[in-house]
Amino acid sequence: MTMQSIPNPSRRNFLKIAAAAGGGLLLGFNWSGSEAAPAVLNGPAAVPGVDFNSYLSISPQGIITILSPNPEVGQGIKTAFPIIVAEELDADWKKVVVEQAPLDTKKFERQVAGGSGSIPHSWKRLREAGATARQMLIEAGAKRWSVPAAECSTDKGFVVHAASNRKLSYGDLATDASKLPVPADVKLKEIKDFKLIGSTVRNVDNPGILTGKNLFGIDFHREGMLIAMLQRPAFGYKLKNLDATAAKAMPGIVDVVTFNNNVAVVGKSTWQVKKAKDALKIEWEKADNLESTPDHNRLFKELLDTGTPTVRRKDGDVDAAFKNAARVVKAEYQCPFLPHSPMEPMNFFAHVKADGAELVGPTQTPELARNETAKLLGLPPEKVTVALTRMGGGFGRRLKTDYVLEAVNVSKLVNAPVKLIWSREDDMTGGSYRPAVRYRFEAALDAQNNLIGYKLRGVGINSGNPTREDNFPSGAVDNLLIDSVEHKSPITTGAWRAPITNFLAFAEQAFIDEVAQAAGKDPVQFRLDLLEKAKKQPTGAIKYDIDRMIGVIKLAAEKSQWGKKKNVAQGFSVYFSHRSYVAQVGEVVMEKGKPRVAKVYSAADCGVVVNQSGARQQVMGCIVDGIGHAMYGQLTFKEGVPEQKNFNTYRMIRMNEIPEVEVHFVQNEIEPTGLGEPSLPPAGAAVANAIFKATGKRLYNQPFVQEDVLKGIS
Amino acid sequence: MSVYKLQINGKTVQADVEPDTPLLWVLRDHLGLVGTKYGCGIAQCGACTVHLNGQATRSCVLPVSSVGNSKVTTIEGLSKNGDHPVQQAWNEVDVPQCGYCQAGQIMTAAALLKRNPKPTEEEIETTMSGNLCRCGTYHRIREAVKLAATKTK
Ligand code: FES
Ligand code: FES
Repeated sequence: MTMQSIPNPSRRNFLKIAAAAGGGLLLGFNWSGSEAAPAVLNGPAAVPGVDFNSYLSISPQGIITILSPNPEVGQGIKTAFPIIVAEELDADWKKVVVEQAPLDTKKFERQVAGGSGSIPHSWKRLREAGATARQMLIEAGAKRWSVPAAECSTDKGFVVHAASNRKLSYGDLATDASKLPVPADVKLKEIKDFKLIGSTVRNVDNPGILTGKNLFGIDFHREGMLIAMLQRPAFGYKLKNLDATAAKAMPGIVDVVTFNNNVAVVGKSTWQVKKAKDALKIEWEKADNLESTPDHNRLFKELLDTGTPTVRRKDGDVDAAFKNAARVVKAEYQCPFLPHSPMEPMNFFAHVKADGAELVGPTQTPELARNETAKLLGLPPEKVTVALTRMGGGFGRRLKTDYVLEAVNVSKLVNAPVKLIWSREDDMTGGSYRPAVRYRFEAALDAQNNLIGYKLRGVGINSGNPTREDNFPSGAVDNLLIDSVEHKSPITTGAWRAPITNFLAFAEQAFIDEVAQAAGKDPVQFRLDLLEKAKKQPTGAIKYDIDRMIGVIKLAAEKSQWGKKKNVAQGFSVYFSHRSYVAQVGEVVMEKGKPRVAKVYSAADCGVVVNQSGARQQVMGCIVDGIGHAMYGQLTFKEGVPEQKNFNTYRMIRMNEIPEVEVHFVQNEIEPTGLGEPSLPPAGAAVANAIFKATGKRLYNQPFVQEDVLKGIS
Repeated sequence: MSVYKLQINGKTVQADVEPDTPLLWVLRDHLGLVGTKYGCGIAQCGACTVHLNGQATRSCVLPVSSVGNSKVTTIEGLSKNGDHPVQQAWNEVDVPQCGYCQAGQIMTAAALLKRNPKPTEEEIETTMSGNLCRCGTYHRIREAVKLAATKTK
């Protein structure tokens, strides 16, 4: 059964399609936290009016199909969701087929891949769904054998009656089970009895990925569709004049249209369109400030001193603390804009017709795409369908719908089905960047080297609040002030993998290291002492779990043999973000007088680890990504125009530049939290603090390669 | 526009395109072979890697007019059943995250092992460093190349 797209979001339609699985048991359930109990959808027991957003089905042949509702950006959710259902079902994983759901607002609530929120959102619901089906299969088996259900158990796809040494497969019992009432209460497994959860399960999409199957948005094809590419204005410009004569005359070009200061070239094939786009003669004119990177650097320093800050958190009396301080430590940290650079550039298919619109493509926010499209076209949302494709990475970029609406606009203007493609240059210069930010930290130490005052001011360009005011060390310091200033700019910004914390964590954890040094304390012990203080005498609200943070700190210190190694310089970092706790130790060795990052140890507490393979992969990927962008990533501007346009001038980390990574998890029974982001934030400081240990030089600005101590490394 | 006869995955196929069209877009737009990916268009990322007479080649900068009679292999033609040693190793090590770069990685690795069945760690690194992966799967790529080397006879 494939579900490419659903014509409209009415529940009846959904059920019809789902029921097409035919025979067996079809159990609808809601994983998004609603209290609706699971219900049989294909038997006489079917209850109308219950709100489902997913299902699992068991065919008479024993094939188990599970609908995995989140868009897949590479965070492994499409594999992790079904693992949870299959665990409680006691299914044979080899017989499980995973389907990707299309968008259906009512039924696929919270269908957003972002903020590492997918797993915690649905942990209990998914387990209950699996357990419900299992219970019904047991009852069906017990009935067949006329024995009490309590005497029956399950084993990897079979209901077993041990006393009489009989067993029946789930496929054999599925149709019977569908005629039974849905049990009101089901017993969930003890976490220690998990077999599938916590094991190593491979990505369910491997077969398609490894053979080059049509999976991604950019691969989508529809007979008769046209290809479109846009020329967008740089930041602060608008369209003044367009001469498309040459472009229009080129082979394969169907039309050149304009909307919202964009020029769209539409034609038969990508290469023809790209060439015609290059042949456009466009004059732009100034419409706003034309900002350059040196302006930002100047502005940051000015605003730190003279900006009007918004207070984010205030505990105690910082002024008094700094007045009484025996010494004050001060440091500033700055990061540049970063493009998202998913390997698959933005793209989307749109077919706007008189009475509706069909959308197909990679988006992390299908519901938003639907609603905004409906608004743009003046249609009710149910006239817009959205089918999701796999995404070649998102990193936050596909939370925005600008490229979806571009496709919609073009399709409407040329009255044809259109696949819009961004070139890499478009992707890098098209905006929605990780905002550039500068932080100023000040710490007050008393005569006994206790941290008695702490100040953080963040200044960001279109950054919103660039602080996370309740993060550590908030709660551990009696006198604390965190505030921020924002500069509004025509350069667009957006969420970028681990928004804000992707750089803030570096700054905070590098600063804490510097304060520990000033206090003459071991960096790990210094953090532990602060956490102990937060536990015993908390100041203000504490929004992180102190014990879990201590747990990862200790695990990372233990695994890395913190402070016990010779010939290698270690740096420590710990961060709580997106509901998970991660501590990391970076190790640096000196080679030819230059530091080389040799190894990173990671200790994460993300609750129960659902899939060892996926979880380890996320941690390693986050560390590579975090180090890569901290070391090399930078997008600069000259009068509103990005100066890096492709991977020849925008440097991304490569295989020869990665450190060895060792991954550890805290074992516990806490409900799982996501891992698509939390291991990225601490990586920069683990490395920078190790480089300090090795060289005596602190790093304050990203990209690190431009700092003096690293100049000259290849 | 001119008609080009190409040898792709063991078949002769035709495409009516302009001579400067990169092989990448001929494969993707005209022949429906979308496994070969676009990532940068300027030979920087390796997503578009195919084999040209067995050698790893960036199809995004290869004009179709210069392909001639060369034998082109794409990810779709690497093996009949997706069971080339490199594909097997990629699955066993569970390399892909988003998966977008992986066809290019696999084609690069397969060409490496063909010319050098027992590459050293350094040779693997030098060759594979031409391919970008934003998801950061490099550790597993390295492991999978080594595993594939043990499977290659
Ligand atoms: S697309 Fe050819 S190397 Fe990047
Ligand atoms: S797996 Fe996502 S870019 Fe490599």
